[in-house]
Amino acid sequence: MSVSDLTPLSSPAGAQVRAVHDEFHGDLLEVSMGPHHPSTHGVFRMIVTLDGETIVKLKPVFGYLHRNHEKLGENTTYLASMPYTDRLDYLNSMTNNWAYAVAVEKLAGLAVPERAEYVRVILAEMTRLLNHTCLAGFLMQDCGCMGTPLMYAFREREKILDLFEALSGSRMMCNYQRFGGCRVDPSPEWIAGVRQLVEAYGPFLDEFEALLSGNEIIMARTQGVGRLAPELAVSAGVTGPVLRATGVAHDLRKVDAYGVYPKFDFRVPLGDHGDTYDRYMIRILEMRESISILRQALAALPGGPIMDPKAKLRGFRPKAGEAYGRIEGPKGEIGFYLISDGGPNPYRYRVRPPSFINLTILEDMCLGHTVADAVIILGSVDIVLGEVDR
Amino acid sequence: MSEPAPTPAPANPAPLTDAERDELRRHGILLTSLQEIYNWGRSRSIWPLNFGLACCAIEMIAASMARFDISRFGSEVFRPSPRQADLLIVSGTVTKKMAPQVIRLWNQMPEPKYCIAMGACAISGGPFKQGYNVLKGIDRFIPVDIYIPGCPPRPEALLNGLVQLQAKIQGQPIAGPDAPRHLRDDINCDCPVPEFGAHDLEPSQNPTVWQPPAPLVRTEKA
Repeated sequence: MSVSDLTPLSSPAGAQVRAVHDEFHGDLLEVSMGPHHPSTHGVFRMIVTLDGETIVKLKPVFGYLHRNHEKLGENTTYLASMPYTDRLDYLNSMTNNWAYAVAVEKLAGLAVPERAEYVRVILAEMTRLLNHTCLAGFLMQDCGCMGTPLMYAFREREKILDLFEALSGSRMMCNYQRFGGCRVDPSPEWIAGVRQLVEAYGPFLDEFEALLSGNEIIMARTQGVGRLAPELAVSAGVTGPVLRATGVAHDLRKVDAYGVYPKFDFRVPLGDHGDTYDRYMIRILEMRESISILRQALAALPGGPIMDPKAKLRGFRPKAGEAYGRIEGPKGEIGFYLISDGGPNPYRYRVRPPSFINLTILEDMCLGHTVADAVIILGSVDIVLGEVDR
Repeated sequence: MSEPAPTPAPANPAPLTDAERDELRRHGILLTSLQEIYNWGRSRSIWPLNFGLACCAIEMIAASMARFDISRFGSEVFRPSPRQADLLIVSGTVTKKMAPQVIRLWNQMPEPKYCIAMGACAISGGPFKQGYNVLKGIDRFIPVDIYIPGCPPRPEALLNGLVQLQAKIQGQPIAGPDAPRHLRDDINCDCPVPEFGAHDLEPSQNPTVWQPPAPLVRTEKA
């Protein structure tokens, strides 16, 4: 492959990459990373063109986990799609459930009791803790720190999964939210368990950060790597921690103020540089804010019903219309767009997956860096292929 | 004077009983057969391929972490390269785009090799079976040794599947007509890699490992 095939060599992010042909530089090398690669977080494939060790072109290849999610959603009833949403982003089934429930509630005009709103916030923030902890562990794994940080992360993950299992009956695929509320009412013992978890999470984060955040190797590997400009992030539709790491204050919990989030006092952490280290730190800071939200929600959890008594689960047929429901998932804005024609199935069922849209700027972040950096940049974007390919 | 007749040696000595073996072991003599010790060694160090497909891969990682600790069973060494792996854990939905790569990985693994189909998707397509792009079970293309049901199976279920696989390996004879395929010359271990055809993967199954079930025949009521 010659240089002329690669024009333009600059990306919208402004990274200037030059392929040089002299006695020290040979031809460009095309490397296919994936779909079986230990660092691609599933079955993701990158076709990377290298000049020496520098990336001059990166082409992502999707679709290795395309499971016809949207088509299946159009052929099953509204309620039967709920377990499928668990399998979109399989680390965060609770927030997927919530986003789908929000869309259907908008479509059908259902109200949610206050206790259910609080329980949803508690579960969503626990999911955020789970996702961000796992992400930090996997990112360290990608940096070459094999095993230990991931062991710490999974130790905490198991504690959260135990609570999810006690409440919903399943560790990962919770299938817990319903249209107009939640499936079961959490018991006082379960609430006490969450309180215990929340109190223990701060010390865990202190320990985790003491080991990792100031680590010289991690700073050398991540600072200044994979810088993302805020203008590009906004124009590409990036959401979630990846966007906030560039310094753009956009958090749907503040912007939309859905649920009972306006009642809680919390801050939205923002990054300065938009590099990989910022994306890591944003997650750590968000976890601290999540702990604060969880404390407030547990203290103010009201009594009352958990389901809207008027909500109907069997024979559910919303009137014709369309609705878009979105929440701030741990990876960004997760939304569901539904069109109803009055039947038992949605006429159109569309998912707005945060990690797929965050992945579109991967090439711009990777250009000019080495191939080893592409692995950690991909790790810091935080993708789950179940959601990317759907 | 006649010489005493030599006592004839018994034609077939009686095999050692377990009690006699235990008696010998108490004296510090360990008796085993080549088959036993060979299978014992193989079954206690099964190295899986570091290969995740979908949701079940997260539970596979959880099984290798501190709480479930797959290294108690000698399988903590997840190898990134198929050349170094003994066990392919098909952990998740296999789509028609991914199936050729999975089968290619299986072909690249050296014998003796084993396959675990983890989760409903790998067994039969699971909840996504209706989908146009989902393979209805990886056993249509490669021989599967252990099936672990669940969506996703818990890490304990994966460990149980691993123990079942160890038991299966321990029972394998190393000679004779029942010997496994890696000890025989008459079985070709390679699976054909399918390609995209006009409508489906071609071939759509590997007939040496999977045959479509006989169609249901409706009989007239007498």
